[in-house]
Parts: sequence; structure tokens; C-alpha cells
Amino acid sequence: MNNSRREFLKDTVKAILLAGLPLSAFEVFKPEVFAATILKGNKGKQWAFVVDITKCVGCGMCVKACKLENEVPYDTTVSRTWIERYVVLKDGKVLTDSPMAGRDGYLKDDPQGQKIPKEDIARGFFVPKLCNLCRKSTCVQVCPVGASHYTPEGIVLVDREWCIGCGYCIMACPYGTRFFHPVYKTAEKCNICYHRITKGMNPACVDACTFGVRKHGDINDPNSEVRKIVLTERVSVLKDEYGTMPTTFYIGLDHTVR
Amino acid sequence: MLVHGEIWTIKEQFVYPNEFIYWSIQIVMYPFITGLLAGAFILASLYHFLGIKELKEVSKFSLILSFALFFVAPIPLLLHLQLPFRGINVFLTPHFTSAISAFGLIYAAYGTVVAAEIWFIYRRYFVEMARSLRDKTDKRFSEKIKYIIFSVLTLGAYDVSVDALRKDEKAVKILAAVGIPTAFLLHGYAGFIFGSVKANALWMSPLMPFIFIMSAVVSGIALCMLTYIAVMEINKFLIKRKRTASLPFRSEKEIRRVEIYELRVTVKYLLMFMVVAITLEFFDLIFRGYTGVKSWEVLKNVIYERDFFNIFILQYGIGGVLPMFILLLPGLTVKRSVVGLILVLLGIFMMRWNVVIGGQMFSVTFDGYMHYKFPIIPHDYETFKEGLFGAILVGVMPFFLFWIFNKIAPVFDSQVKKT
Repeated sequence: MNNSRREFLKDTVKAILLAGLPLSAFEVFKPEVFAATILKGNKGKQWAFVVDITKCVGCGMCVKACKLENEVPYDTTVSRTWIERYVVLKDGKVLTDSPMAGRDGYLKDDPQGQKIPKEDIARGFFVPKLCNLCRKSTCVQVCPVGASHYTPEGIVLVDREWCIGCGYCIMACPYGTRFFHPVYKTAEKCNICYHRITKGMNPACVDACTFGVRKHGDINDPNSEVRKIVLTERVSVLKDEYGTMPTTFYIGLDHTVR
Repeated sequence: MLVHGEIWTIKEQFVYPNEFIYWSIQIVMYPFITGLLAGAFILASLYHFLGIKELKEVSKFSLILSFALFFVAPIPLLLHLQLPFRGINVFLTPHFTSAISAFGLIYAAYGTVVAAEIWFIYRRYFVEMARSLRDKTDKRFSEKIKYIIFSVLTLGAYDVSVDALRKDEKAVKILAAVGIPTAFLLHGYAGFIFGSVKANALWMSPLMPFIFIMSAVVSGIALCMLTYIAVMEINKFLIKRKRTASLPFRSEKEIRRVEIYELRVTVKYLLMFMVVAITLEFFDLIFRGYTGVKSWEVLKNVIYERDFFNIFILQYGIGGVLPMFILLLPGLTVKRSVVGLILVLLGIFMMRWNVVIGGQMFSVTFDGYMHYKFPIIPHDYETFKEGLFGAILVGVMPFFLFWIFNKIAPVFDSQVKKT
């Protein structure tokens, strides 16, 4: 060999650098990724959601629609969206439940499987839950491989091809919206039907709701209904103490809601 | 169709539909194993860096044990992953806002330091072995293999002059000094993984990394002492059977003298770290009770009622106060220290259990509870890897590796001298 030691070392460094370059660095050459970097069509958009609790009757149609649309196995207890039933008794006790994520509606008066006489009940209501569309989401922060990521419009998506299934995001979400998909074994969450809203359609749950409980839209668009509601009505968010800055807003939220 | 975690989770009152005990026994094993390895390394460093001469005999021993534990530390993490074959993604695209993504870097750094330290300590031995095997004519097959292994291990550095050896010693000292913060980092980081989860009221505490580090040192020292006793007892037994040819010690009396001396010295350091660990944990508990934020109601219920037996009886009682008395009372014997040390390890294991499982015993609704039904007899892949057998597999592995490593890098001085 007529290579000097210096040249050998130089080549070694080059080889290490090249070997260290992950294939994902070439991702930018994919047509769709390249297009996304050039056409910033969605820039400035920020999807938000409004849930009007005062209108919800707990029929469960939204949960059904969500499970079918997003292929979350129908007979599992997990769901991207769910409905909670709150029964506040006259002695101040609160009974809450969400059997099968509220998929089948609440036809019996049996909160947490208990028979409660009607005269003991002070009030009752239903609360639909979904991804809180956090601007500072803990799930993206803790993902060790970057499988959970933001879209330019602020929606958090999970890359099923890259998620390792460590469950850190599930632990980190204070709203309990994440779970492991029973078939794909990766982290799963509500993304307000990103595949539909990017084509100008409504999320499946919004279309399924007969009572107009759920609304979605671009909060930065001055003409959107969501923006008007958030600006003019008294809305609140869930668990703001975690500093996640949710953009899923609730109308008529009760202090007993968890 | 069952969802991951559903099989071992029993829900009570109001728990979100998507909530289950997702982090199970392997996540208990992970901080337990890293704790042992960090602790074992720190025990070794007490001699190499601080020059505490009494620990000389135990230091090599614990360094090799720590190296064996090092290879096992990522196994529980892999076993708990839903997709273990994608574990490599953490190294390919580390997402640095996540605590877990740092694992690759910290783990690699620690491994490098320990491997380098071991190499400098054993370099002379490797050289001597390689030379004596090279000079030997008509080598047997096993000796040929041995010769290859040892000559590779020398890395071509055959200089064993007084000057070179002095440089080795200096390198060991520097590496031990660098290793202590790295070991702290490796385990403190495990504490950070839990302590930084703001959604979990029990985990979120800035004290978590320090509590983890202190208990790590305790468990590491305890395991080293126990393994040490086991090895010495085996030697004693072999001497009795008069198979003395391959033994590092000459008589039973000599073993007994060395053994009890080492134990009495090491146990002091164990107790010191134990007091710090328990103090920190109680400080955390008192602080939570005194500030009494929203989550305290549900935490109080978990700590003082639902998990009382695991926390106060097993962890602090049987695994804390009791062994402290056993080890503190004068006239320590080998048998008594074995009982004490096993209880210490039980206490630390229960601490990991109570953090990981205890942290998932309540819902983020603060209005419901979950109960963990530990899978013992496996009936599928999941209940095997995240059940009793998976845990035993992880628990046994380090000792198997230790046995192999000891063949290449003997842990007793007298073993080395004889060759």
C-alpha cells in the first residue's frame, strides 16, 4: 500500500461521515416532500376545534363514525374520540363514566354501573373528548424518534412507519387521547381526520353529529365560524395548568369535568 | 380484540377509555438494572479515583460486574417496545427534545469509559497472557482461540515497561474520574425520564434524578457485595472438596478473613448512601403533602392506602429500616450480611416498582384507579416478555455475562498473579 498514514486517516473519517449519514437525509428528493418545501400553501393556517357541551346528548354517533373512518377496531375500548357522562348528585358527589368510549350512547340510567334514584341527581351532561390540538404538545416533545410531528397547520400526526411503540407519548399526554393501535402496534391519536380536512371535507365526527356539537376550522381565518366563536363567546380549554396551549375549545365547560 | 395493557389492567371508578398500565415490569427492570450498573461502577471508582485502599479487592470485581450489567441494560427497554426491531430508530433519528433520545449518546459514552478503564487495568495481564501463549509450542485448539482473543485484546500495545504501566495507572484514574459523572448521568437520566413527565403527578419531581442516583449506588453496592460473597463461598466449597488447583486462594481461613474484612468496609459506604436515598424520598413525600396541590388527594389515596403495603412495608420497612439494623449491629457475619443485602435489593426493586407501577395506579382524571395484575404464567408473546419470565430472563443475563467476562478478565488479584 502506498497510502500514507495521513491519507488513511482522512479516508477513514470520510467513510465514517458517509456511513453516519442516515437515509432519511435523502427524503427531500421525494416528490411530495419536495413539493411541500416549495409550495407553502398551508402556511398561516391553524386548525382549531370547538365543542359545545350544552348541545351534546351522548348518542355516540361521533365515536362510531370515528372508529369506522379511522379503522380503529370497533369492538375495542380504545378510541380516538370518546364521550364522557357526568352525573352530579345532590350531595356533591360526581359519577363519571365512558363505557366503550360512549360508542353505543347512554341508554340506561346507570352511571358507573350504579342505580341512582332520579331525585338524588342534581344535574347531568355529556362531554365529547378528542385531541386537544395543543400548540405546545407534550407528545411531540417526548417522542424519541420524531415519529410524532406537527403539520404546518398545527396538527400532530404519528408516522406509523417510524414509531417504535415506546409509549412515552401516551404517558406524557395529560388528556389520555393516545393509545396503542391494536393492529399496527404504534401510537394512535385523533388528528381531526387530517386526510379529510386537507381535502376540504369535515372530520368524520363533525359530519356524524346531528346536533352541531362539534365544529372545526382555521382559527387564523377571520371568516371562520370557529374564530368567531372563540373571539365572541365564553370558551375554555381543558387542563390549561399543563401549559400545553390547547386549541380545542369548549363551550359550557363545568368545573367537574376532568 | 385486546389492546396493549388491557390484559393486566383492572380499572376502578373513572379512568379515560384509552388509559391502561402501559409501562409494566420491564420498565421496572430498566431503572433497576441501570441502577445496579451505575452503583457497581461507582463502587469501583471509590478505589480507582478516590484511592480508598480497602476497596481494592472489590473494585475490579465490581467493574467487571458493571460491564456485564451494561450489556443487559437496554434489553428491558427493547422488550417493552411494541416494535422492538425498530429500536434502532432512536440512534438513527434521535429527537433531542425527548429524554429517551439521549439514551444512545449517554449509553455509548458510558460504555466507552468502562471498556477503556477495564482495558487499562487489564492491559498488562492481556499482554502477559498473549506472550505466554505465543511462546507455547503445540497449542491445543482452545489455547489457539485464547491466543487470538488475548492478542486482539492487547490492541497491539505490548509495552509493559514500568513507565508504560505508570501511564496506564494514570489513565485509569482519569477514566474513573470521568466515569463517575457519566454513571450519574446514565442513571440520573433514567430518573429524568420519569421526573419530566408532567402529566404524571407522582413522577413529576425535580428530585427524581437524585433519588434514582442515590438508590442506584445503594443497589449497586449491595449487588456487588452479594455476588462477591457468592463467589467466595463457591471458592470455599471447592477448597473443601480439595480441588484447589484452579483456585485463587490457598485455604478456607484465608477466604474467610478476606471476605469479612471486605464486607465490613463496603457496608459502611452502603449505609451512607442508603441514608441519603431515604432522606431524599421522605423529603419529596413531605413536600407533596405540605403543598397539597390538586393531585395530592389521589396521590394520598395511592400512597397511604392502595399501595401502602408495597411502599411502607416492603420498600421502607423490610427493604429499608430492617436491613439497616441488620447491617449496623456490631459483629457483622457473612450470613447476616447476605440476609441484609438481599433485603436492601428487595427494597430498591420495590422502589422502582412503586415509582413505575405506582405512578400508573391512578388515572390522569384524578378520579379513578388502575390495578396491575402481574402476568406470571405466560399465554402469549406479550405476557411472556412483559411478565415474570421476561423479568427473570433480564435478571439472570448479567450473571451469565459476568461468568464469561471473568474467564477473560479475572476479577481476583491472586488469580492474575498465579498465571
